[in-house]
Amino acid sequence: MNWGSPAEFFAMGGYALYVWGSFGVCAVAMLLEPILLGRRRRAILRSLRRHAIADRMDKESS
Amino acid sequence: MLAVMRRDLLLAMRRKTEVLTALFFFVIVTSLFPLGIGPEPALLRKIAPGVLWVGALLATMLGLQRMFAADHADGTLEQMVLSPTPLGLLVAGKNAAHWLLSGLPLVVLAPLLGMQFDLDAEALGVLILGLLLGTPVLSLVGSIGAALTLGVRGGGVLLSLLVLPLYIPTLIFGAGAVQAHISGQGAGGHLSLLAALLALAVFFAPWATTAALRIALE
Amino acid sequence: MSNGIVNWFKLASPYSFYPVAGKMQPWFWALAVLFGAAGLWISFFVAPTDATQGEGYRIIFVHVPASWMSMFIYLVMATWAGIGLALNTRLSGMMAQALAPTGALMAFLSLWTGAFWGKPMWGTWWVWDARLTSELILFFLYLGFIALQAAIDDPRRADKAGAILALVGVVNVPIIYFSVKWWNTLHQGSSVSLTKAPSMAQTMLWGMLLMALCFWMYSIAMTLKRVRTIILERESHTEWARKLAEVGA
Repeated sequence: MNWGSPAEFFAMGGYALYVWGSFGVCAVAMLLEPILLGRRRRAILRSLRRHAIADRMDKESS
Repeated sequence: MLAVMRRDLLLAMRRKTEVLTALFFFVIVTSLFPLGIGPEPALLRKIAPGVLWVGALLATMLGLQRMFAADHADGTLEQMVLSPTPLGLLVAGKNAAHWLLSGLPLVVLAPLLGMQFDLDAEALGVLILGLLLGTPVLSLVGSIGAALTLGVRGGGVLLSLLVLPLYIPTLIFGAGAVQAHISGQGAGGHLSLLAALLALAVFFAPWATTAALRIALE
Repeated sequence: MSNGIVNWFKLASPYSFYPVAGKMQPWFWALAVLFGAAGLWISFFVAPTDATQGEGYRIIFVHVPASWMSMFIYLVMATWAGIGLALNTRLSGMMAQALAPTGALMAFLSLWTGAFWGKPMWGTWWVWDARLTSELILFFLYLGFIALQAAIDDPRRADKAGAILALVGVVNVPIIYFSVKWWNTLHQGSSVSLTKAPSMAQTMLWGMLLMALCFWMYSIAMTLKRVRTIILERESHTEWARKLAEVGA
């Protein structure tokens, strides 16, 4: 174990800004990327749904 | 190949403004740096190789779109792709014409601008030699980008984004040659590396350009 | 044996790959979380404090994995692009397109963490270290690839043009790295190497390895997710896409 207390852990021996700045941005990026991609996926699914409904209506009316 | 080269040169001579504009750009841009940084000769001598080379890069880029765009617009490019002459040779002809129109004038202008930066005669010599070796590389590699972005939206800026990273080794060795000479280390190593880059580019760039052209035209 | 070959080629169609990618995805997410947890544990609780760099060195546990991934993904991307160009397969082009954004993100993270490592160690936010500078150029190469594909409307042309760019890029990366290294050593007498990590204790190596595996699994999972979305976007005119369960029409 390296840390005497949670306070020590967060302080990172004075390097807190840099260590947490690095790990933090990585964590944020690796959370944001899937979320944004999820939005893109939902958008295409919505578009496909509209197409599918339009197809069905075309078939019913013809 | 010579026919293509001659044709490009003739066409460009009829519309001299484009060629001259790029050259004036080179002059203006390199003059901007002393204006922005300060007139002390010692500092200017230090930044001169980098500034002149970056200026040459940017000026070359201005003329890249010209390489294929006009022929693409009037259908000549398709004729070239369909012709029995290997497309690689035709591309080489176009690259050569481009170099004669934008690279070679830079080589001629550079020593004059170099004197503005108080470079001595030998350093100017290294600069000229470096540009002589490097500017053809810029034309060859640039034509790959020009072919890739043919007819694409936002072509000019996109072309710069694609091509500038690829220009970096030429920049490093070209400017480095002059700096190495000034600092007494001798420019030989840098210039040989530039020559190696040129050899690589001559052999491989036309391939990539022809592939890119075919993709752009299909 | 022939059955195996036939199966692989069937997989080369977007239609058959879509469900397969969907099934593979959760496994890679799970692996990413597992390796990440193990890697973070070692990074913070097992690896000892460094004598010269104090706690600040721990940044290598994200910096190095991000760098490795940014370079690895570029290679894989160029390979897929090359295969797509050679065999004229659509899915290969889609894979290359799917890899690029994650690769660019890794390059960005490498630059960011590199800067955050450099500031306390060398006093400036940016150091023109050969590796960081090459990483910056790699980032530009990624951006160029993404921009080119975004600018071309026809997906097939975008695939092929991107492939040429990626292949030209891959050939240039060693040249660029070599030239930048040359440039760097000429201008700085003492090699200011940001990545001169502290002489590695075993635990530090393990930490880096586990975090690298974590980033790798994450990249695969993201790429699978993205390629599925790309498949849907490009195949949106087909019946099978519109009839998918998740569309729910």
